Amino acid sequence: MFGAGGGTSSYREVEETDLLILWGSNARETHPIFFHHVLKAVHRGAQLYVVDPRRTSSAQWADGWLGLDVGTDIALANTIAREIIDAGLCNETFIRRATDGFEAFRSSLERWTLQEGQRVTGVPAQTIRQLAHAYARADRAIICWTLGVTEHVTAVDNVLAIINLALLTGHVGRFGSGVNPLRGQNNVQGGGDMGAIPNMLPGFQDVQDDLDARAAFEASWGVELPAERGWHLSQMFEAMERGELRTLYVLGENPAQSEADSAKALQLLEGLDFLVVQDILMTKTCELADVVLPSSASWCEADGGTVTNSERRVQLLRKALDPPGLARDDHWIICELARRLGHDWGEPTLEEIWDELRSLSPMHRGMSWARLEALGGIQWPCESEDDPGSLFLHGRLWADPVEGRRAPFSVTEWVAPIDELDEQFPIRLTTGRRLDSYNTGVQSNRYSSPLRRGETLDLCPEDASRLGLQPGELARVISRRGSVEAPVRLDPGLRPGLAFMTLHFPDEVDVNALTIDATDPKSGTAEFKATAIRVEKAEPQAQAEETLAGEARPADGRPAGEARPADGRPAGEARGARREEVHA
Amino acid sequence: MLVTDALRASGEPAPRMVTLKVDGRSVEVQEGSTILQACEKLGIDTPTLCFGPTLKPANVCRVCVVELKGARTLVPACSRQVEADMEILTDSPRVRLSRKMVIELLASSVDLSITPEAKEYARLYDAHPERFGPPSLPDPERERRRAGHHERPDGLTAATVQTPSKVDNELYVRDYSKCILCYKCVDACGEQYQNTFAITVAGRGFDAHISTEYANPLPESACVYCGNCIAVCPTGALMFRTEHELRQAGSWDESRQRETETVCPYCGVGCSLTLHVQDNEIVKVTSPDDHDITRGNLCIKGRFGFQHVSTKES
Repeated sequence: MFGAGGGTSSYREVEETDLLILWGSNARETHPIFFHHVLKAVHRGAQLYVVDPRRTSSAQWADGWLGLDVGTDIALANTIAREIIDAGLCNETFIRRATDGFEAFRSSLERWTLQEGQRVTGVPAQTIRQLAHAYARADRAIICWTLGVTEHVTAVDNVLAIINLALLTGHVGRFGSGVNPLRGQNNVQGGGDMGAIPNMLPGFQDVQDDLDARAAFEASWGVELPAERGWHLSQMFEAMERGELRTLYVLGENPAQSEADSAKALQLLEGLDFLVVQDILMTKTCELADVVLPSSASWCEADGGTVTNSERRVQLLRKALDPPGLARDDHWIICELARRLGHDWGEPTLEEIWDELRSLSPMHRGMSWARLEALGGIQWPCESEDDPGSLFLHGRLWADPVEGRRAPFSVTEWVAPIDELDEQFPIRLTTGRRLDSYNTGVQSNRYSSPLRRGETLDLCPEDASRLGLQPGELARVISRRGSVEAPVRLDPGLRPGLAFMTLHFPDEVDVNALTIDATDPKSGTAEFKATAIRVEKAEPQAQAEETLAGEARPADGRPAGEARPADGRPAGEARGARREEVHA
Repeated sequence: MLVTDALRASGEPAPRMVTLKVDGRSVEVQEGSTILQACEKLGIDTPTLCFGPTLKPANVCRVCVVELKGARTLVPACSRQVEADMEILTDSPRVRLSRKMVIELLASSVDLSITPEAKEYARLYDAHPERFGPPSLPDPERERRRAGHHERPDGLTAATVQTPSKVDNELYVRDYSKCILCYKCVDACGEQYQNTFAITVAGRGFDAHISTEYANPLPESACVYCGNCIAVCPTGALMFRTEHELRQAGSWDESRQRETETVCPYCGVGCSLTLHVQDNEIVKVTSPDDHDITRGNLCIKGRFGFQHVSTKES
């Protein structure tokens, strides 16, 4: 936020705040232990608002649910902003002292009356007003969001529109007030911290603009660094499409199944001259690779990696298991690759690599391994060994005078999702996770979860009955890019015109065959959350085949199309395959 | 901003201190502490079963009782808050007799064979649960019985809570023959942490037992398999399927297990995991009680989703 690149608050503050907004987040299922902290707050009497097209299990705990239409987040945020201003509830002192660009922002809101907000978002004006007033009047208030906000073509603007609300009310930079993206993977935050993004060096030091930082890295590494930003994932795929990117080295990711418009992504990956994949399991992407480098699982088979969580806490990973076969730690493989390419980096330990990072990234400087271990992790920034770390960010905005840059308001324009609804494709499909599963299922489909139902097309009872579909009946789901079949499941938390699927079972039901690869020009995030579909009864023939396939499987009582391990083989076999791979 | 500054800014006052006497020794603890904490500060070992450091005391097992001067009854150390000038006795004949009785009644009716502290407590308080006679036969109808539907005891066998183990899912096993009704699982599943409310205490008196709604098998209940009930169970009534199977096979061996603390590989909350490893296989996953992110709790993925680093058939 404002250049810091991480959530501003701590979980502890979530417990002690007065009002929480979960925006595009079903934390009850996707961040269950974070939601424990939310529930502590709820039981203490804090208000909870949930902004989500679906009435999720998180929303069931809320004082108010704002069931907006998919992709109208900016319209909703701007309407809330205008209402806060109109009602005279903004924090004028904070705005005057600590922010920039308020007048331009205010005039950009002219359109967003409560009535217009209701018309565009589908949320009743009264509910928008209730949230606006409650948020502005709360002593402490925290907003958290997840991919429901960021997997849109307006990803960055959605976030900026939410941050505007915090600036209007001064709900940032104080204990119990802040704005926080909840990270979906155990080291998404850490990947950013470590500079695994194309515009930043480790410690969020800008590749192009921060000349001092670049000079420090160049001096330390004895090489000249490119002065231009690199490509992010979506730009890499565009470069593959143009034929400019011919060799790809993938570490711990499964783009063959995780990318939007999977047919196109697969075609591009297959068209590469050379694909190297480094992973702990045989993924679909590994199957496409020219070379597979089996690596140890960093969370339990390597000693001393770090991850950073959603409250900026850097935590140490420790080795509990010996990796199978010849699997090697990621850092060893990278150094060995460098050596064979003619650059001898020696054989540094993970602690030596970490200490090198500390010497170059000021926000990590005080985080020795000994301290990380003793304190159970440290929240950045932590600039010296007597710095306890930072419970929350941007306290500087409350200093007198404000320290550093003032926080800018952003003018954000609402645009509808790219994949438009029309008569041919009248239903909005949105995607997400379930409690017991994770991403493309490579890890999670290998344990037996009694909750797992496999992929389903979730519809509201009204839509299902209008389409003549019974629960469990196989439906064909068609978008402008592809089609899949999945059994219908009824979810009364959905509304007419809104459908839901996960991405957990791509081997059985490749939901990303439906999604659109339109991306946010600012962040490169694809619009996974807004696909236009139509739903039909599946062809009887396909249904018969599915039933046969179901019968051929072990009698585990699960209906056809239900979960098997990600690659369709028994779990042990898959891991065994990994062993063979390693020995080969 | 420093944590302490943040707290000061939030207006948290400094805690007040209270002085009391335990076994004749003076001790000063924070206002709101329990007698148990005062005893701990003096190094006095107090037996506990239903107490859990992450949960509000249910004070149901009564094994921690102490004598409070001026009080008619013994008081539970785990939940009774200190007051200025209290005088506490932790090892008086009355306390010892009461603790002995609690241990004897529990141990005669419940299988405490894998409760870590049980043997030591029985030795310390000279408890002889076998004096009530051999255990009665398991009662398969135990969970269905209603109040008053009892046969008169014959006095020859000790009534027990024995009931067949429930093995109804792939992740964990419930053996309520080992249940002392400490309420910890109910509290962890309920309002104190998970807020799923899949289980509660059903039945009355000696028939009281932990149950899902309508005694449904877990897969038909509200359970979300976080396993936070297993984490707090003091007697092994709730157990990982992996542990259960290794115990059945006679190969569960804690002396060969190592515990390693790392971080969950799934979402971005950053839950600390303690991996319990035997023969290079994860056999159980817990989280440290004192870690401020989890307070010992996990979700289904963190607790059970480790199969992908196993080399065994699942």
